[in-house]
Amino acid sequence: MKPKKINESLSLNSISPTTNLIINAAFIVYCIFCIAPLILVFMVSITDQTSLAINGYSFFPSKTSFDAYRYLFNDVEKLLRSYGVTIFTCVVGTFFCVLFTMLYAYPISRKSFKYRNFFSFFMFFTMLFQGGLVPWYIMYTKYLHLQDNIIALIMPAVMNAFYVLIAKTFFTINLPDSVLEAARIDGASEFKIFYTIVIPMSTPVIATIALFSFLSYWNDWYLCLLFINDPQYYNLQYSMYQALRSLQFLTSSLASASGNTTSALANVPGETLRMAMAIIGIGPIIFAYPFFQRYFIKGLTIGAVKG
Amino acid sequence: MTTNASTTPDVNITPNASTAPKKKNFWKKTGFIQELVKNKAMFLMLLLPFTLVFVNYYLPMFGVIIAFKNFNYSDGFLGSPWSGLENFKFLFMSDAAWQITRNTILYNLFFIVLGLIFAVLFALALNELRNKFAARLYQSIIFLPYFLSWVVVAYLALAFLDPNGFFNKTIVNIFNLQTVDWYASPQYWPYILVLINLWKNIGYGIVIYIAGISGIDQEYYEAAVLDGASKLQQIRYITIPFLIPFMIVTVIINLGNIFRSDFGLFYQIPMQQGLLAPSTEVLDTYIYKALIMSGDLGMSSAAGLYQSVIGFFTVLIANWAVGKISKENKIF
Repeated sequence: MKPKKINESLSLNSISPTTNLIINAAFIVYCIFCIAPLILVFMVSITDQTSLAINGYSFFPSKTSFDAYRYLFNDVEKLLRSYGVTIFTCVVGTFFCVLFTMLYAYPISRKSFKYRNFFSFFMFFTMLFQGGLVPWYIMYTKYLHLQDNIIALIMPAVMNAFYVLIAKTFFTINLPDSVLEAARIDGASEFKIFYTIVIPMSTPVIATIALFSFLSYWNDWYLCLLFINDPQYYNLQYSMYQALRSLQFLTSSLASASGNTTSALANVPGETLRMAMAIIGIGPIIFAYPFFQRYFIKGLTIGAVKG
Repeated sequence: MTTNASTTPDVNITPNASTAPKKKNFWKKTGFIQELVKNKAMFLMLLLPFTLVFVNYYLPMFGVIIAFKNFNYSDGFLGSPWSGLENFKFLFMSDAAWQITRNTILYNLFFIVLGLIFAVLFALALNELRNKFAARLYQSIIFLPYFLSWVVVAYLALAFLDPNGFFNKTIVNIFNLQTVDWYASPQYWPYILVLINLWKNIGYGIVIYIAGISGIDQEYYEAAVLDGASKLQQIRYITIPFLIPFMIVTVIINLGNIFRSDFGLFYQIPMQQGLLAPSTEVLDTYIYKALIMSGDLGMSSAAGLYQSVIGFFTVLIANWAVGKISKENKIF
């Protein structure tokens, strides 16, 4: 959202230069607080392990070393696997999330559809009441047998009442019945109308939902924590979580190769390795961020107008 | 789904209820079957997503009966023996019930109040900055933490709070302080968690309030300027009154969710240190730990049902309250 434009001719209507300076200074300080932790993590990841042990974590490493990254890339296969899992769930999950949200929101936004109230309520009731973690977990593991299955990383987040609400509101406002009626008179089927008229007209809302959904799949570790035990299905965030909890996760292949966990661990650049793992995990989202956030803000505003 | 298009004959050009004159409905029978035939495309569209919602959200609702059962995996939902209110009795007699309820509510209250104050302040300040480019840049940077996952934020927190971290090795030296073993000192965690939550989510609030501010008609300000109103007076008498409905609605919606908390914040940031539990355990983490770590299904599902039922009523009340203030923000 662009900040509002102030009429420049009304000189009284802008803050004094001193106030302006103070506010700017305050924001600069706060912005440093927002970025500094990321820089710190990066600096630790390129610090030499022994100098780290002496000086602790610092923004200005006394001795730099890329050992940690070298270590991680020794085991690059594991890293690529978790990237692969994350990218797969992001792409497939986002696709189905957008498709199903549209397919659900369109009928319940049409006045001509008699049962729209029932189906709306059916969706929005999930915002009110849920069965809770335990029955849900038991259903996924005992009855659907989705443990250690990549579907368990996708399916729970595909339908979200909030996205349906955004899409439904968008359709109600932006899709006049007359347009659809005209297409119907021309003999278009409901599905033809859906993908030749409805979908092309709703790019803003599709982009919004796709972004929200993509980000939630990208940042997911919770579903992995619940349902995945097999390391080959670990997604990126969960691998980072594992690395945070134990160095063993990062060095398991080394340990099993040498047959001696303690001696293998002794040579590992422990803390720097962790932070290197974090940097590799954060990397893509930071680079995508400048592009991402503009659309995200637009989307949030769409959602907030009636959210 | 689009492949279904070819299988649907183009029968839907028959007049629909909304466009045809109302009288037509008079002699037309309006049963479910007729509707199904008339709008079968609509039903087909809904089929898959509806099934998914049913499986994901509705089937587990029937599962809440396990809170009243002595559940075991081999007998399943229906086969396990009933235990009446045993699970609830154990839950509410334990110290945990009071502690986690208190933590959940207190944390949320602080998040709501501080989140509101800071988001509004920041939005007002950003809006007044003379250099619009700088304002946008600040906003982008402040919004950045919102995009990071809780795992990443846990790393960032660790970099500061680790025994070897930035606080204990650098800040301590600069300000001549005592080193602190953060991950073993529960007394600091309410502050840490509130700070981290603010840090991560404030960008989101700012976006909402800036959107609200930009919706205000410029003429109000022009009129105020002609009347000689100072900047502070303009903010006080124009901007803030316009934002108040926004604020009230946001607060009420958040109050409606006061029994739910962000699992990631409370699970990842304290790194599951047992010592910190008294000040970091909330309902969501308790339910997870009872289910996965101790395998105490009865207790966990009782706590889950407790959360869901009270959550249900708070959301209903909140929604009713929102309706009183602004109809269009009502969800149901």
